Amino acid sequence: MTTTRTEAPPAKDPADPAPAPRGSRGRGRLVPYWLLLPGILWLIVFFALPLVYQASTSVQTGSLEEGFKVTWHFATYWDALTDYWPQFLRSVLYAGAATVLCLLLGYPLAYLIAFRAGRWRNLILVLVIAPFFTSFLIRTLAWKTILADGGPVVGALNSLHVLDVTSWLGATDGDRVLATPLAVICGLTYNFLPFMILPLYTSLERIDGRLHEAAGDLYAKPSTTFRKVTFPLSMPGVVSGTLLTFIPAAGDYVNADLLGSTDTRMVGNVIQTQFLRILDYPTAAALSFILMAAILLMVTFYIRKSGTEDLV
Amino acid sequence: MAILRWLRRNLVVIAGLCTLAYLLLPNVIVTVFSFNKPKGRFNYSWQEFSTDAWQNPCDVADMCGSLSLSLQIATWATIGATVLGTMIAFALVRYRFRARGAINSLIFLPMAMPEVVMAASLLTLFLNMGAQLGFWTVLIAHIMFCLSFVVTAVKARVMSMDPRLEQAAQDLYAGPVQTFLRVTLPIAAPGIAAGALLAFALSFDDFIITNFNAGSTVTFPMFVWGSAQRGTPVQINVIGTAMFLVAVLLVLAGMLIGKRRNKQSR
Repeated sequence: MTTTRTEAPPAKDPADPAPAPRGSRGRGRLVPYWLLLPGILWLIVFFALPLVYQASTSVQTGSLEEGFKVTWHFATYWDALTDYWPQFLRSVLYAGAATVLCLLLGYPLAYLIAFRAGRWRNLILVLVIAPFFTSFLIRTLAWKTILADGGPVVGALNSLHVLDVTSWLGATDGDRVLATPLAVICGLTYNFLPFMILPLYTSLERIDGRLHEAAGDLYAKPSTTFRKVTFPLSMPGVVSGTLLTFIPAAGDYVNADLLGSTDTRMVGNVIQTQFLRILDYPTAAALSFILMAAILLMVTFYIRKSGTEDLV
Repeated sequence: MAILRWLRRNLVVIAGLCTLAYLLLPNVIVTVFSFNKPKGRFNYSWQEFSTDAWQNPCDVADMCGSLSLSLQIATWATIGATVLGTMIAFALVRYRFRARGAINSLIFLPMAMPEVVMAASLLTLFLNMGAQLGFWTVLIAHIMFCLSFVVTAVKARVMSMDPRLEQAAQDLYAGPVQTFLRVTLPIAAPGIAAGALLAFALSFDDFIITNFNAGSTVTFPMFVWGSAQRGTPVQINVIGTAMFLVAVLLVLAGMLIGKRRNKQSR
């Protein structure tokens, strides 16, 4: 009995109603391409092709009335950079600050869910994910209430003299928080925090608990265990979490618009206004190309530096 | 001293719960202010308790219209992205072929691209084609950016699948279609469901890409955005609260079903 099994394990019975092997193998080779075709076509036409169009738009000149023509006018890039470098700088600074805050705030929660939550784990995970399903605009508007002038949060920060320090740093304005950089950074941190927590949690959860016991057996203090075992092993989560927060935060304009003022405009705000209000398409296209290139450069450098190239 | 020691041992728990509070604070505020009766146009300071907004949530002009439009778009975008994304995920996990690397990066890039860049470039395409901005351009855009997330979710599940289960089905004389429907699909279902849920949430909540490509069509996030300038009606907080509750209940129900099924299969 066993010999017949081993001789032809996957072979089918002659009575098998499946189509002839040769024909199915010929068609089988094309199966992955048929599966890929519609989706990949969608991405090529509506993701890759638009980028090409945008590249060509960025080197056009003209006006809405006369129409735009490709004139290889690269000076648009230079003009966009010299005109809007403060907004670029702000985008990088705000997004960077939000990413650091997300890491500092998100790590304990991810750690809590992975190791200390016990039977509460699923509930806490739901509470982290559930805000995703409520409109983020409504939640961002709620920050206007929370950070309102003379509200409890501002009052508390004021009596703790936190606002004196942040005002000195230029992040707040006197005893106001709303319409200052701090409010924008607070909103960015809040909006992208789940993007930090979830990858951190996934990589922490993969860590074998016995490694902690082993470190303890070798007389490592909890802080040493964290520094030498837990944190290094969670690096993939740290890297993908920081990327998932930094990239969207750098391109965001909603927080800067709802919680900030004209002094907190980020590059996203400029692209939005140029595209939808001023209708200066070449400048807007050049700006978004610079943003994309800058982010790609930073990300590549960062991934090289953190030595986890196979991660993404 | 004992308190200090307890504090030190539970530092992580306390810090984590503080972060959780930070995450949920806006939801609490939205819920509380859905029972407010504001004076004037802006609902930013507490006046008095009232259930008016809960009794007629559709009292605000155009709000429920935009809500149902968003639900429609999200439904179609979820169906489109889930079908296309599941197909791609299966192709990527199950087959070895040329251009796999290129396709992987084509899938990854939309997730790594700032939304404004995608929104702006898609608008240049539509303007160049002379397309009429509205429902269809929004739907096309939503399927595009949800696709990558579905592929990632489904891929993770299919990769952890034991191929021997399908071989076993074939040994038991199941045809390819039967194997796929009765074995492969049920096992991949949680991944597909997660991808679909994510696509729905992303599409329903998207503002940036929609704002660029919707023309004069107003989805719910765009309505909220517009109302932020004109004065937010309390009803917006009612919708926000209801969405949060529905999401929590749905996810909890999903988890319970999953748990029960796991117990049965054991």
